[in-house]
Amino acid sequence: MKKWNVVAVAALLALAAATFGGAYAADKLKVGFVYVGPIGDLGYTYQHELGRQALQKALNDKVETTFLENVPEGADAERAIEQLARAGNKLIFTTSFGFMDATLKVANKYPNVFFEHATGFKRAKNLATYAARFYEGRYIQGQIAGKMTKSGVIGYIVSFPIPEVISGINATMLGAQSVNPNVKFKIIWVNSWFDPGKEADAAKALIDQGADILTQHTDSPAAMQIAEQRGIRAFGQSSDMIKFGPHAQLTADTDYWGNYYIGRAKLVLEGKWKSDDTWDGLDKGMVVMAPYTNMPDDVKEMAMKTEAAIKSGSLHPFKCPITDQDGKTVECKGGSRLDNGQILSMNWYVKGIDDKVPGK
Amino acid sequence: MPMVDALIEIFKLIFSVSFILTVITASTPLLLAASGELMVERAGVLNLGIEGMMIMGAACGFAGAYMSGSTLIGALCGILAGAALSAVFAILTLGLAVNQVAAGLALTILGVGLSGLIGAGFVGEQIVPVPHLQLPVLTDLPFIGRIVFGEDPFVYVSIALIIAIWLFLYRTRTGLVLRAIGDNHASAHALGYPVLRIRLLAVLFGGACAGLAGAYLPLAYTPFFIPGMTSGRGWIALALVVFASWRPARLVIGAYLFGAVSILGLALQPLQLGIPQQVMNMLPYLATVIVLVLISRTRGTAGSAAPASLGLVFVPDR
Repeated sequence: MKKWNVVAVAALLALAAATFGGAYAADKLKVGFVYVGPIGDLGYTYQHELGRQALQKALNDKVETTFLENVPEGADAERAIEQLARAGNKLIFTTSFGFMDATLKVANKYPNVFFEHATGFKRAKNLATYAARFYEGRYIQGQIAGKMTKSGVIGYIVSFPIPEVISGINATMLGAQSVNPNVKFKIIWVNSWFDPGKEADAAKALIDQGADILTQHTDSPAAMQIAEQRGIRAFGQSSDMIKFGPHAQLTADTDYWGNYYIGRAKLVLEGKWKSDDTWDGLDKGMVVMAPYTNMPDDVKEMAMKTEAAIKSGSLHPFKCPITDQDGKTVECKGGSRLDNGQILSMNWYVKGIDDKVPGK
Repeated sequence: MPMVDALIEIFKLIFSVSFILTVITASTPLLLAASGELMVERAGVLNLGIEGMMIMGAACGFAGAYMSGSTLIGALCGILAGAALSAVFAILTLGLAVNQVAAGLALTILGVGLSGLIGAGFVGEQIVPVPHLQLPVLTDLPFIGRIVFGEDPFVYVSIALIIAIWLFLYRTRTGLVLRAIGDNHASAHALGYPVLRIRLLAVLFGGACAGLAGAYLPLAYTPFFIPGMTSGRGWIALALVVFASWRPARLVIGAYLFGAVSILGLALQPLQLGIPQQVMNMLPYLATVIVLVLISRTRGTAGSAAPASLGLVFVPDR
């Protein structure tokens, strides 16, 4: 509904530009964004939207941005991306894993348009990929959880078993084990990125089963609200959710895309864009920890130390040796740590996680 | 003995107060929305726009409660929003004799878009959830106290509503007329019954119920508003009406069964019983299909339970 309006407006603008000589359109670089959720999700899509707004603000006289929200993954995505390309956008960001094949298809059709796909692994001459090292923040969260839990049980609400989610669970566990070797995880898969009711139900079930810290890899603040109501602690996801859990939120690993979007648009304007694979974390400010709250000073100090160590590179969440769930030592392709490929394709659990990777 | 241990675990889980409370919360919006649709369909109208009316109820319900500070006003706003959207549907299908399936689908699309627009200014805000009933002594009774005497008002309303619908349909003359219109609108018209007027009232009632069901989400379930927060519950309500073979008592069973099995699918996962989580998440749908098959088998030769004029356009004296 809204997205088609945007498409229609974009198409009309392109038509108008073509009819009246195109002087206006030629001046500005048109940048399009394709979002999987509503911009008001207060989570993942909202953070991308903040990035788009930062880009528009920073290069206001040089770029013109549009976005399509609520674009379903699949065939519809291809149509939406192509509409943006046809409407004259020269740089198009598609922000969800499930847009991967659709983006590649459209990129092949429009060789003069630059595409960027978030969290995927397929690249082409005019298709770059970018992602944030979410797991860095999760390692810190694991340490905090390990210190803060009294019951020794941490509840984890998850969406889909993709590598990003699995590596998040593993990083949290490794962080927790580094301070509390006996910590246990209880994991519930809700099979949805976004269903506030179901996320709340899962949160209640986890608390009833003894969890006193909640963490989530789903997008709504429902679990945070339940934690606040039940008087336990929780971590926010993607966005700072402190408003929904003023006494519950410990921190949140938030994504900040603004710097990246501004940088990439500048490269296009300077004619220097090329297909890259960007994967930044805390050090480049693509992952930002929300303020550490509702915890004792010593835990806060520990969290800040760990954050600094990850930023400086002296600590890597996936440092070796790492033992998997079955007790086998994992091969270290990155020397002293797992390499990027191993993290990006992670489909196994580390030792100590009492769950089966779905579908394995 | 791991099998026995697992069964004991499941048993303990199902009969815990917190599990039952969670199930009731999850089932209530389904029951409210499906109750309204049952009435609409018994009058022979198929409104596929429940999801759209629900999300409108959620947006307007939250807006009303946030601005007034009163859950009651919020609920009324939700009811009005659902009814207003269903009025659009009534104008199209009853007044202009538009195809009901197309109009219903359009209604959902309209509701989703419009609610996003209305709710945009309220995203990121939260309200105090509706308080639960608290009676001296009764609510403190072990086990049944919280379950029977400690619910939020919407739960009691949903139960009262479905009982009222049952009484209306089977114990009043108007209810009989409504069912007659649903089964054969031409004959009912020939007998002098006001087909379109009764259908209009039924459609408005269905919209009001869907609006109330939607308002339940931000007022009681998860006290914030986010676009698309109904997440397909309207479609499940629609399926429940078929599941219930258009009968109120079966609707209650269906709504609570669906709610219970979907919560069970979540709550069983951490117990590590070796059942794949995909199967767990499939359970409510699987259970629905199995019960549907059983019902249709035991019904024998009575034929379809659907109102015979369901979804058919009626134009008087053409």
